[in-house]
Amino acid sequence: MSTVAVIDYGMGNLRSVCKALEHVAPTARVFLTADPDALVRADRVVFPGQGAIGGCIAELDRLSLRAAVLQAMDNKPFLGICLGLQALYDFSEEGGGTKGLGVLPGRVALFPSERMHDARSGQALKVPHMGWNQVHQVAGHPLWQGIDQDARFYFVHSYYADAGDRGQVMAVTEYGIRFTSAAGRENIFAVQFHPEKSQQAGLKLLENFVSWDGTA
Amino acid sequence: MGLAKRVIPCLDVDNGRVVKGVRFVDIRDAGDPVEIARRYDQQGADEITFLDITASSDNRRTMVHVVEAMAEQVFIPLTVGGGIRQIEDVRRMLGAGADKVAINTAAVANPEFVQEAAGHFGSQCIVVAIDAKQVKAGESPRWEVFTHGGRRATGIDAVSWALRMTEYGAGEILLTSMDRDGTRDGFDLALVRTVCDAVPIPVIASGGVGNLDHLVDGILQGHADAVLAASIFHFGEYTVGDAKRRMAECGIEVRL
Repeated sequence: MSTVAVIDYGMGNLRSVCKALEHVAPTARVFLTADPDALVRADRVVFPGQGAIGGCIAELDRLSLRAAVLQAMDNKPFLGICLGLQALYDFSEEGGGTKGLGVLPGRVALFPSERMHDARSGQALKVPHMGWNQVHQVAGHPLWQGIDQDARFYFVHSYYADAGDRGQVMAVTEYGIRFTSAAGRENIFAVQFHPEKSQQAGLKLLENFVSWDGTA
Repeated sequence: MGLAKRVIPCLDVDNGRVVKGVRFVDIRDAGDPVEIARRYDQQGADEITFLDITASSDNRRTMVHVVEAMAEQVFIPLTVGGGIRQIEDVRRMLGAGADKVAINTAAVANPEFVQEAAGHFGSQCIVVAIDAKQVKAGESPRWEVFTHGGRRATGIDAVSWALRMTEYGAGEILLTSMDRDGTRDGFDLALVRTVCDAVPIPVIASGGVGNLDHLVDGILQGHADAVLAASIFHFGEYTVGDAKRRMAECGIEVRL
């Protein structure tokens, strides 16, 4: 039986992530864990997260999970969600500056207030970026299979990833600026939106993840 | 193209059952919040809001089971309001599968609670619900925050309260006009617009929706980021899909 470990470090709505995975993969064993060995043994790993990135990195270290998370990212299908995308980069502006895991080159920044206007209406754009926005796929990937170009997914975040390597950008989204809404390389895929809250499109992406062999 | 304006059906839940009579032709048990939420999900609702109006705290535990059942079947965001008074209430609802909690009376009684909750769980899951009533009409109207279902005045100006709650870490404002709630006369557009233009965070307009054009007005004239309605959807008059098609016809970007 295939196993999917969801990293439990106390941040965000982990139950929703597990329920959505169970829904698309009824034969897989989906489990929440804070045990480094369980992460290393699992077939696939999901790194969810909400809230502040400083707290996220601190909790990973407090629970001695950093090494196991990095090891999981070496070789098995790995999916980062929301903070689980942002934490992969080198650095985030949030909380006066937080060092990330440095798995992907790039930085995470606050939506720039001077650019936050709707191009058409001129109306101010609110932060957090909250709701259903379009995800424009810029690279073919097994995780996009069966998902329409520019399909809408549910977002909720105030910081965005500015990828340092364009080749690792899998999708972009427009909100005042154009930002990286999905990124990845080899066995790693990460999304800024919440597939577990994005109805059919989101469930399809999770379904693709649980059958993905980790090659792009 | 960009972020869609959201349509959010709201369900009042008392001791685990939907009240205010929800009537769908082909739903067997009209009182089951999860079944109704699923229906709205199929119609294209962008989020669902449950307001727990249960009086006793014993029965509040029932809401946790409702939220758990919802999280197993409906994969769109869920906000739960009513009786969220302490950090433990927030933790319990998020743990059960809610994505956001709406804090109303407890924010007025203890504003620092909002700060504490946002600090613990992140602003993205903290909605501050404001029940506002107009206290001055004319050129420069004024609205005041009311609690206890609009019965108790607080003396707090609704606009400055919304700004203060933003500073305290609220991620979103759920703004209900107590003058319009239940009237089906449309939103208090002056209130919605004043608050929406004042705060940098998203605002959900609520109270008074009686037809689909009211939803359009809330977005185009009120500048709301999302519109919440109950009765127009409950009685099967309109589906969420009808609402979105009408909004799209008026040039509003929606998720269809």
